[in-house]
Amino acid sequence: MTQGNRLSGGQIDRNTTLNFRFDNRSYTAHPGDTLASALLANNVRLIGRSFKYHRPRGVLTAGSEEPNGIVELRSGNRQEPNTRATTIEMFDGLEARSQNRWPSLKFDALAINDRFSNFLSAGFYYKTFMWPAAFWEKLYEPMIRRAAGLGSLSMQEDPDEYDKGFRHCDLLIIGAGPAGLMAALTAGRAGADVILADEDFALGGRLNSESFALNDGAASDWAAQAVAELSSLPNVRLMPRTTVIGAFDHGIYGAVERIGDHLASLPAGKSRQILWRIYAKRTLLCAGATERPIAFENNDRPGIMLASALRTYANRFAATAAQRVAIFTNNDDGHRTAADLHAKGVKIAAVIDVRADAPINHDYEVLRGAQVTDTKGRLGLNFVEVALADGSTRTLECGALGVSGGWNPNVHLTCHQRGRPVWNDDLAAFVPGADLPPGLSVAGAANGSLSTYGALRSGAKGAMKALDLTGSLPDLPAAEDAPVFQTPFWYVQGCSRAWLDQQNDVTVKDVKLSHQEGFRSVEHLKRYTTLGMATDQGKTSNMGGLAIMAELAGKSIPETGTTIFRPPYTPVPIGTFAGRMKGQEFHPTRLTPSHYWAKERGAVFVEVGNWLRAQWFPLPGETHWRESVDREVRQTRASVGVCDCTTLGKIDVQGSDAAAFLNRIYCNGFAKLAVGKTRYGLMLREDGIAMDDGTAARLAEDHFVVTTTTANAVKVYQHMEFARQCLFPDMDVQLISTTEAWAQYAVAGPNSRKLLQKIVDPEFDISNEGFPFMGCGNITVCGGLRARLFRISFSGELAFEIAVPSRYGDALMRRLMAEGKEFDVVPYGTEALGVMRIEKGHAAGNELNGTTTALNLGMGRMVSKKKDSIGSTLSEREGLNEPDALKIVGIKPVSQSDKITAGGHLMDASGPVDAAHDQGYVTSAAFSPSLDSHIGLGFLKNGGARMGETMRLVSPLTDLTIEVEIVSAHFVDPEGERLRA
Amino acid sequence: MHDLVAITALGGSEPRIDTVGTVTCSEVPGVALASVAARLDQEKKAAKALTKLTGSPAPGVGRFDGAPVAAFWTGPDQWIAEAPFESHEDLAEQAKAALGDTASVSEQTDAWTRFDLGGAQVLAVLELLCPLDTRKMTYGDAARTSIHHLGCFVLCRSPEAYSLYGPRSSAGSLHHAIVTAMRSAL
Repeated sequence: MTQGNRLSGGQIDRNTTLNFRFDNRSYTAHPGDTLASALLANNVRLIGRSFKYHRPRGVLTAGSEEPNGIVELRSGNRQEPNTRATTIEMFDGLEARSQNRWPSLKFDALAINDRFSNFLSAGFYYKTFMWPAAFWEKLYEPMIRRAAGLGSLSMQEDPDEYDKGFRHCDLLIIGAGPAGLMAALTAGRAGADVILADEDFALGGRLNSESFALNDGAASDWAAQAVAELSSLPNVRLMPRTTVIGAFDHGIYGAVERIGDHLASLPAGKSRQILWRIYAKRTLLCAGATERPIAFENNDRPGIMLASALRTYANRFAATAAQRVAIFTNNDDGHRTAADLHAKGVKIAAVIDVRADAPINHDYEVLRGAQVTDTKGRLGLNFVEVALADGSTRTLECGALGVSGGWNPNVHLTCHQRGRPVWNDDLAAFVPGADLPPGLSVAGAANGSLSTYGALRSGAKGAMKALDLTGSLPDLPAAEDAPVFQTPFWYVQGCSRAWLDQQNDVTVKDVKLSHQEGFRSVEHLKRYTTLGMATDQGKTSNMGGLAIMAELAGKSIPETGTTIFRPPYTPVPIGTFAGRMKGQEFHPTRLTPSHYWAKERGAVFVEVGNWLRAQWFPLPGETHWRESVDREVRQTRASVGVCDCTTLGKIDVQGSDAAAFLNRIYCNGFAKLAVGKTRYGLMLREDGIAMDDGTAARLAEDHFVVTTTTANAVKVYQHMEFARQCLFPDMDVQLISTTEAWAQYAVAGPNSRKLLQKIVDPEFDISNEGFPFMGCGNITVCGGLRARLFRISFSGELAFEIAVPSRYGDALMRRLMAEGKEFDVVPYGTEALGVMRIEKGHAAGNELNGTTTALNLGMGRMVSKKKDSIGSTLSEREGLNEPDALKIVGIKPVSQSDKITAGGHLMDASGPVDAAHDQGYVTSAAFSPSLDSHIGLGFLKNGGARMGETMRLVSPLTDLTIEVEIVSAHFVDPEGERLRA
Repeated sequence: MHDLVAITALGGSEPRIDTVGTVTCSEVPGVALASVAARLDQEKKAAKALTKLTGSPAPGVGRFDGAPVAAFWTGPDQWIAEAPFESHEDLAEQAKAALGDTASVSEQTDAWTRFDLGGAQVLAVLELLCPLDTRKMTYGDAARTSIHHLGCFVLCRSPEAYSLYGPRSSAGSLHHAIVTAMRSAL
């Protein structure tokens, strides 16, 4: 039958029919439906199987607190597991499947678990799968995970876009029920900048679910009018389909807006969801309340629902779970459901009220002082058994049972900064405590104002107070204002398989077991039984669990306490947290000025920090990276090579104290560096360990350019800025990064000067005499373009670094290549750069590894004793200056074919191979085309005195032992003749 | 006159222009920049000298001012001067000449890439990009912020026109973030 359980009325658009599929069967629905309401209207009560016992389950609620009705939504790479049917907005073509069942929802083989429930109680895994220990990870856990569990992932990449955004407001109102709408009207009319967010697609909260009137019209009509007025106010932003997931520091709230979840397909470029960071000066939490169930034997059959949910389905969605319904309640609100359903033509089997003085009704039977003791129905509710006040029992036939145990204020967000809710005896519920997140206040049912008028009034008052508005309260609509007293009734005595947490299959019996076994604190109870640890975070179960624990422990509920509520309020897809930052855009990429040219040349790139640097430039016919790298090294050493070194940090240091400042930053002296000269410098950390090395070029008396390693560019800049502002505030020095501003290329090799002479304007003498080693200066190139030239060398060759404004970097590289043709110029990448620096014995990141000192690096004498500099004092610590301290050395294999491995350790030629006999380790290794041998750099105890010694290089991890010879770290041109040529 | 041809930060010979709905994102390579940082105890003189360059009082916290050379505030007694590239490629020299020893000046022209974002719904795009309350920004406001993990400056030229400065080497990432936000918002 099509939509056989569809009722009259409701807020659905019957003019449009939508088609959807659930478990491969087709159904119809209308706009305004949720998946849950549409399934109920189509007489589908069975929606899933439970987590542990695979018991048949249907929906319990009509909102985001739903523990049971969770499905896999959509298909293929858009499949989303554990989606609450109660919040899925219907669209044409919607496709959903039930979860955790095999082979089918109606016949689930693992329902056998239910028969063995005695063995599967709380703590079962901890007790049973103890031995052998090794089996846990490989056998038991995977097995349990397969049997128990929720939906499955598609294991494909999510094709949708997600986004992040930022919004600001004077007042953030969370929840658009009666309190939220009235607060928004009050604040909006006063001109405040308001954001009103609600997780539902229809604003109005319970007003859309009730049959009572506001003023003379339907509550939902009043809500619609309020929304219309708010929409007309330019200072109010309405955010439906937006869940505020957390209250964070400084008035910042996280909110997930579902932009496209209700659409069959997203328009191109649109984000499916946006994670908003809302900066609110004040926040009013109007999150409403959640009805709480009563636990009784077999209370989890499809068709057993919260009474308020039955009412919502009937009034808002025009759907009923069955044509014959019973209500089990301990308060007056349950009677409302009975009355509303009766008015819609649903047969009320009876209202079972635990109170002896329950109100009676002439249209249907009210069983006073009665309790539901059991239920029947394999795949859905058929009968309930009722113990009557006189001790007799009665069986009622019904397809649905509405359960109402009272209402719990939704205090969750008030607890996100460790605020504790307080117990309210009148409501027998927790309400927000005094220790709220700064700037947040609470109104409406969330604050315990459970009547509609009370909520409206509380919302208006809350907004006025939050915004310091004076004057009288705005006119409020006439609404029901019945006093609310809730007498606690948590569970029916004598029950055991009575479900508290339906998503994690936790029963009253499990709580009793937890108590019996000594796990009595609520935090222990939670972890031992998993109560409240499922994706619904126990919104309908926590209170019942801790009430029973309190009773067992002979304490009051407030004495027993609650567990901590944490963000997010409802589950958030991981993609939403990632936003735009995924795949290649996970982090920003930095491109060098020669990037596009390098790409044309087929360069292979490597990520260095965020930079993409050319690693090598393969030529046709080269099949292995070594061929390319060896060629680049040979050609550079034979003639000339060009490498983009823009990525090295450049820091402009100016001011009358610039030299004095650098004297403090570097351990070696800079005060006397002449203008037009560059000097190598080593920076130490405060603790005396080497931090970074580089050069400082003095362009004027009061102007230096400092270079850093690529990796430490930001860190060094931060360090220098810290020193400037905090350590030496009296110095006249100004810093700014110019890394990006200048395209800088190393031009290295014996023909580098000849090449540069072709582009440097002729008025600048760059001969050895006119521009000697370590010279620097401002020049012009190519007919007048401003440029900087530095005669520094990382390769050990005659070399220069030339810099031009970045926009001309591409053109300069092309010009160097064109002009260099006659010298057989070669572009080289970071691999060749690395090989040449190892050949030359220059320390780099591998050697400046955060544990090494200037002494280790062979630069002990650079640490000037004539001045104070950062780290110089602590570099003199005894432990860092032992006679056998590690020293940098070169390492060559005795047998030329052997390969040096970085990370390997150096051991004496004979003797044990263990940590106690460790002599040092290898930091860098490469094949040297210049020496036709593998070589390495490393640190060796007393290394300076051990030249020529034969040792063993071992790597137990890779089972390597080779003989090596300790040599000078300067494999190439140890006298430095080339670079001074 | 030198004969090297510049490319834009996005690698083109012409500036990139993208339009989605009512909002246009334009790459703006035609701007020269120079940082100006007052020397110690020269703060007042530097602020005064900056006026010579921009024709307007040195902008205070979160503001920019001046034409054709403008300056925006970047920190205590620190500014970045901006001017049309065509006429002011040597802006750093001009700034140094104006400020003398009262301030340190450094060429920043190619340290940054600029994207101008304009159109009726520009705020809907900006709120996806940066945590600034751009709805409250008015002409002359300038603020440092983070966009896509990049340290950027946002200048409000009018309620419907903003300039975004980000690091030049990450122009591609910044552009991607802007255009993705435009598609998402519009």
